[in-house]
Amino acid sequence: MLDGLLMFRDQDSSMKRRLFVSCLSGAALLMSFLAAPALAESGHHEKRPEAHEWSFAGALGRFDRAQLRRGFKVYKEVCSTCHSVKLLAFRNLSQPGGPEFSEKEVVELAASYKVRDGPNDSGEYFERPARPSDRVPPPFANEQAARAAMSGAYPPDMSVLVKARGYGRGFPTFLFDAIPGFSYQEHGVDYVASLLKGYSEPPHDMKIPDGQYYNAYMAGNRIGMPPPLSDGAVTYDDGAPQTVDQYARDVTAFMMWVAEPHLEARKRIGLGVISFLIVFAGLLYFTKRKIWSNVAH
Amino acid sequence: MDGHSQYTPKSGFARWLERRLPIVSFMYDSFVAYPTPKNLNYMWTFGAILSFMLVAQIVTGIVLAMHYTGETTLAFNSVESIMRDVNWGWALRYAHANGASMFFLAVYIHMARGMYYGSYKEPREVLWILGVVIFMVMIATGFLGYVLPWGQMSFWAATVITNLFSAFPVVGGPIREWLIGGYSVDNPTLNRFFALHYLLPFIIVAVVALHVWALHVTGQNNPTGVEVKDVKKETVPFTPFATMKDGFAIGVFLVIYAWMTFFVPNYLGHPDNYIEANPLVTPPHIVPEWYFLPFYAILRAIPNKLLGVIAMFLSILIMAALPWLDKSPVKSGSYRPLFRKFYWVFIAVSIALGYLGAQPAEGVYLWLARIASLYYFLHFVVILPLLTKYEKPEPVPESIDASVAAGSVTHA
Repeated sequence: MLDGLLMFRDQDSSMKRRLFVSCLSGAALLMSFLAAPALAESGHHEKRPEAHEWSFAGALGRFDRAQLRRGFKVYKEVCSTCHSVKLLAFRNLSQPGGPEFSEKEVVELAASYKVRDGPNDSGEYFERPARPSDRVPPPFANEQAARAAMSGAYPPDMSVLVKARGYGRGFPTFLFDAIPGFSYQEHGVDYVASLLKGYSEPPHDMKIPDGQYYNAYMAGNRIGMPPPLSDGAVTYDDGAPQTVDQYARDVTAFMMWVAEPHLEARKRIGLGVISFLIVFAGLLYFTKRKIWSNVAH
Repeated sequence: MDGHSQYTPKSGFARWLERRLPIVSFMYDSFVAYPTPKNLNYMWTFGAILSFMLVAQIVTGIVLAMHYTGETTLAFNSVESIMRDVNWGWALRYAHANGASMFFLAVYIHMARGMYYGSYKEPREVLWILGVVIFMVMIATGFLGYVLPWGQMSFWAATVITNLFSAFPVVGGPIREWLIGGYSVDNPTLNRFFALHYLLPFIIVAVVALHVWALHVTGQNNPTGVEVKDVKKETVPFTPFATMKDGFAIGVFLVIYAWMTFFVPNYLGHPDNYIEANPLVTPPHIVPEWYFLPFYAILRAIPNKLLGVIAMFLSILIMAALPWLDKSPVKSGSYRPLFRKFYWVFIAVSIALGYLGAQPAEGVYLWLARIASLYYFLHFVVILPLLTKYEKPEPVPESIDASVAAGSVTHA
């Protein structure tokens, strides 16, 4: 575009020309700065999250049921000790588009949790086994209780956590992230999965305070969460590898489903909607062309 | 338009109604018989696209309001409940959130078209000013709506923007407290923002009605900028000609809108808005929605808070003065070689301001934002008046028909 702008055809007035050139050189200077990718992120030490293969990425993406079930197991046996998923109800686990446990499995699973209910007829609060309609009870009663137990740290709720995390892709990559065929929406899951695998010994020149850990992907490289996963910690019964890498990807996929339980319906219906609209717009185009065919315009 | 209606009531009831309330003939004259210049290009379909988007936002918004709770401890979860438990709630919410972006995209193209073809010039000054009013109410509506999900960006955007008013001496502080209903953004703020977010779209509808009325008095501009001279030869009836063309354009626009809604629904959002509002934690970078970024860049470019606020408001208001800043008798940029170049520089600078608004206000970004902001205003107050004086326009076609016959600018 700049070349087009710099083409200068009207040279009948030197006044006009000076005016144009001076303004244009300012703009050209501005644009050349903007085009310099060297301006992108600097000063941060955290690593750029690793790109993973996600079954739910892209226009045709669908969740992998087995992965969601494994991910739920990792959540239940590891994460749920500290992290709540307040927006997840047990019934969601048997809904279409998720891990799709059977209703019987969900009833049994819910019954293994205790929830507070009440007041009853005598005005007392009481505990009862959870029902599928209940939300998954949190590990701590409130934020203060969590902080008291976790030496000041507050493990965030995991309901929409993968949508609440991301990383800058930089210019011009971010422009392509919206385009069909190139679209990329997996910032949050790539970040969380990378972070779960990102623990290591700190570089020798970095001091990590007590109660904190070095993590290559965390902002500032310091994280309050102890390394949650270790090889073999969770037993899979479907033969999937019992490694940190597998656990991290499985539990992150599960978190994506928790954050976006209707993702499959959205993408399925979206394909129908867009296909219809393309055909409809095509018909409108030909109708328009017919109507205008006798008008010079 | 002037003169007698071209509508003849056919049935007995229609004749009865016509003598009492000529609403059918009014609709007929406005949307069926209304003469449209036959040389309009697709840039002229954005008025219809915007009307469609306004209705789409109101319809999705009303249904969302049935499920939303404007209270600080419940708002965030009520939006999530829409996403999870309300039938089609995820579709409504993503359509509404992305609808706002598509609405602004369309309005920017609509405005850019008006600027290129000089649609603000005599006799369309009032039409143009009403458009600026609509744009300002849209900005207010968009900002208020962004606060409602009560995420971190919602809360901090509300805090930053309402704080701007405190820049005005003496009255600033009280105005801010009056706006937010207290000393800090809290439940009274959220509740009134919800009420106002529901109100303003209907004000937009009212101003749009005036905008369309003014349009139908003056008639549409066209790519040549030459007024219609022979209605019979140079115009076509709105229906079916413009309705079909607009319908096709809306269809194409909807494909993009549906892609955004169904496949990249969070692309234009900020991840921090999925964290519930917390007055005790400030996000590292507070950024507004993309459609406010150029104005945000101008605000931050100026070191003095009050002057920054004034510059930001002026950057929008100055558009209302366009008919008096650019007095070149030639309307269309197609016949103004020098204007055309400055026009594209102006568009580039505006986009650059948008980019800079998303960057931290420091170092080279800040200086670039200062240069670009300065240029933005120079375009209006120096370049356009000087062009009026010194530019030698190319010859303008005698009439729309002459230009169509020459086949020159129809697809500019």
